[in-house]
Amino acid sequence: MEPTVWRSMGLRDDEYLRIKELLGREPNYVELGIFAVMWSEHCSYKTSKPVLRKFPTQGRQVIQGPGENAGVVDIGDGQAVVFKIESHNHPSAIEPFQGAATGVGGIVRDVFTMGARPIAILDSLRFGDLDNNRTKYLFSGVVSGISWYGNCLGIPTVGGEVFFDKSYEGNPLVNAMCIGLVDQDKLAKGAAAGIGNPVMAVGARTGRDGIHGATFASAELTEASEESRPSVQVGDPFMEKLLLEACLEIISEDLVVGMQDMGAAGLTSSSSEMAARAKTGLEIDVSLVPVRETGMTPYEIMLSESQERMLLVPKKGTEDRVQEIFEKWGLKAVKVGRVIEERVLRIKEGENVVAEIPVQALVDESPVCHYKVVEPLDRENLKLDLDAIPEPADYNQVLKSLLSSPTIASKEWVYEQYDHGVGINTVVYPGSDAAVMRIKGTSKGVAASTDCNGRYCYLDPYEGGKIAVAEAARNVVCSGAVPLAITNCLNFGNPEKEEVFWQFNKCIEGMSEACRRLNTPVTGGNVSFYNESPQGAVHPTPVVGMVGLIADIDNRLTQAFKTAGSKVLLLGETKGELGGSEYLYYIHKLTAGTPPGLDLNTEQRLHRVVLEAAEKGLLLSAHDCSEGGLAVALAESVITGSLGVKVKLPQFDGRLDALLFGEDQSRIIVSLSEDMMPELMEVINRHSIPYHVLGEVTEDGFLVLTASGSEVINLSTGEITNIWREEIRCRMS
Amino acid sequence: MKFGVVVFPGSNCDADVKHVLQDVVNQDTRFVWHKDPLPRALDCVVLPGGFSYGDYLRTGAIARFSPVMEGVMEFAAQGGLVLGICNGFQVLTEAGLLPGALMVNKNLKFMCKPVYLRVEHNGTPFTNALNAGDVIEVPIAHGEGNYFADPEVLEEIERNNQVVFRYCTREGVVNAQANPNGSVNNIAGLINKEGNVLGMMPHPERCSEEVIGRVDGIKVFQSIINWWQGRK
Repeated sequence: MEPTVWRSMGLRDDEYLRIKELLGREPNYVELGIFAVMWSEHCSYKTSKPVLRKFPTQGRQVIQGPGENAGVVDIGDGQAVVFKIESHNHPSAIEPFQGAATGVGGIVRDVFTMGARPIAILDSLRFGDLDNNRTKYLFSGVVSGISWYGNCLGIPTVGGEVFFDKSYEGNPLVNAMCIGLVDQDKLAKGAAAGIGNPVMAVGARTGRDGIHGATFASAELTEASEESRPSVQVGDPFMEKLLLEACLEIISEDLVVGMQDMGAAGLTSSSSEMAARAKTGLEIDVSLVPVRETGMTPYEIMLSESQERMLLVPKKGTEDRVQEIFEKWGLKAVKVGRVIEERVLRIKEGENVVAEIPVQALVDESPVCHYKVVEPLDRENLKLDLDAIPEPADYNQVLKSLLSSPTIASKEWVYEQYDHGVGINTVVYPGSDAAVMRIKGTSKGVAASTDCNGRYCYLDPYEGGKIAVAEAARNVVCSGAVPLAITNCLNFGNPEKEEVFWQFNKCIEGMSEACRRLNTPVTGGNVSFYNESPQGAVHPTPVVGMVGLIADIDNRLTQAFKTAGSKVLLLGETKGELGGSEYLYYIHKLTAGTPPGLDLNTEQRLHRVVLEAAEKGLLLSAHDCSEGGLAVALAESVITGSLGVKVKLPQFDGRLDALLFGEDQSRIIVSLSEDMMPELMEVINRHSIPYHVLGEVTEDGFLVLTASGSEVINLSTGEITNIWREEIRCRMS
Repeated sequence: MKFGVVVFPGSNCDADVKHVLQDVVNQDTRFVWHKDPLPRALDCVVLPGGFSYGDYLRTGAIARFSPVMEGVMEFAAQGGLVLGICNGFQVLTEAGLLPGALMVNKNLKFMCKPVYLRVEHNGTPFTNALNAGDVIEVPIAHGEGNYFADPEVLEEIERNNQVVFRYCTREGVVNAQANPNGSVNNIAGLINKEGNVLGMMPHPERCSEEVIGRVDGIKVFQSIINWWQGRK
């Protein structure tokens, strides 16, 4: 075989030799294609595997950690939450609408294959600066794609984030997270167990779309990537809705042994991974697989990434009932093979064997790359010289400007396009710190948030990773929920570059520390490397998807101020840390400095204060201080509450802009009625959390005074509301 | 009272409507699969929201030919109460049970947000628990809710007092600013001439419980129950 053959499939020469060694012969073309996708970074995690082992994955709440289609955590009463996040960055860079839509489709399948009914979708999105027309096109396409797919499925899209930074210009990040609810005794797994059990292909027919999509995801985007457009799959949300209902029906009738989405690398990865988990083999006859077009070769059928398909192993003898249920939903369920004892993946076309590969060779023997972790020496350009930055003369102007930064401005234009109410479980709507879904028939609620500040990770990957986890937890806490566990989507550049691999390592170490301390283990996720464009790598962006549990949803909180006259407190300490802030980026066009420090001990105590106060019903609102710092967080509570605030800042020696816009971590703004103050003070003192009484909620106006009483900001609620609410809508229309 | 909620392939508010009818207003409620005949002895049929048949071809255009629709037509002809919500409204116009059509929203985008509705009259089985002129807050969630009818048809609708809900401001003013999707005459909900078939784009089932944050929708379901009890 010519080297060009395997190289064009993305295999390195040493990998080809290893394949020959594992098979004890030359692979044929079909086998080579199967190896190429299974050993691609996307499927094999060959670069990330050794690093991912650092994540803590254990905890009393964890029912299923990494390695299955999705993570599972216990929420009591025999119920569990199934959740996972996944990227669809490269497809979305090329074809934003279908790229984002099929990203949603894939993650939703990962959740319902586990037997769970999906109850919420969150999307974490990153784009370049919104001044750029290409960015507008991508942003608008991605949002419509998510809206088109998720809305049709009838799963509410309840949260997420949108972040704009020029580092994402050529390579946007589109990460979709899905959360499902399941009774623990109905949990399904992706294992092809039971020798002799039938293997069925269900759902859509197989076409020629998306062949080598996983390989495409494992290379950098270049000028020529446009030509990879055929590697982008095309979705059909109606088909997925039918598939979802049919799959949940066969699970409820207890007909299923194992099930898996034919996602990246399609039939190839689903069959080999299901066999690997069960320590069995599979024999599949590709001539039985329903196809969309004639003349498809075994190679194409095995590597197609046509959407809305599942591989199903039902209990022996239930094939007819399975078929009946799928037919009811207008779908096909076709027996294409069987589970065998010999641990091989045997692909036949009629009577001819066209490929036969030991399962372990594909899954367990995939190459592992051990790159060296080298700390880059020259990071001088990231140093921040505050003396070179003049302090603003007009703080009214600066606040207004920050509120119009697309990263900070209201995302109403986005979430109005998503159906966030279907299912009638959403009890905290998009636009607060975390979304909350009630669990019908109980008093419980599930809270969820996605977070990551890529700028922090770029400036200090270790601290940035820590902050991503801590902020996600803090957001969940601000809704009154106890953080349970995380899923993550690790978006990085090309790991073969020293600096990128160093960033990856450091981020994971930082995240791991935070996960351990906050008792939020990692239950799974996804790694997306090669997020690069001709302009360079994206900021390292390990997006954290956190879920939490509220025992009694009557105690849930939102960020909005509730009544005039209530007291406003800032919990946590303000040192005025401007490094990596949105203020520096948006106002001074700078990405520099060290990100704010984070002490996990303080963070944990802060969470305890808010959770205890929420449980006792002391609080009216809670809001995390993040991008834009104290001033922006206060403005958001004012705007979403349609009220005002009068605030006296704490005594402060440093610069006023640092006090107002610094993004110091572990800070939460709460409001409460005055008679609850003594009780809150008791909780605060018991956990020794620093605090400052900022002032009180008023009917109207945003008024900020220094400690000595001089006026710093004085704006009407109407004015800041308009700026914050209309900015993105204006830019997009 | 016995309710039937029709399930088309792609319906996705079926379970929501059933939840409100069964668990909030405590009525006997069952799903009716689109391939099955409409069960006898139903007192009200609900066509729920969603994307029946993926909204392919035109919203509601294929669902209208589902086997169950024959029974729904007959049921309606005999004076049975039929409520179509969102996609259900679209199916009703396609089936000819209600006049006019629903087109793509004026801004071409799917829109999910609470809107204000002015109750135009309460002399219907669906609004008797409300007062004419009341302003209620009900969420919309649709891409194709832009109601249209020919001028002659529109004139007839208005003359017959068939408009039940209009999009309005919080204060109850019906104007262009309060119109989320471009519907002619701000029409959000419409009843047939006979007064037993109502179609509405907004979702009353999404605002029928305190915990969800809004409760105005419950009055639509209570009206149906009131009407039926008064008739017994």
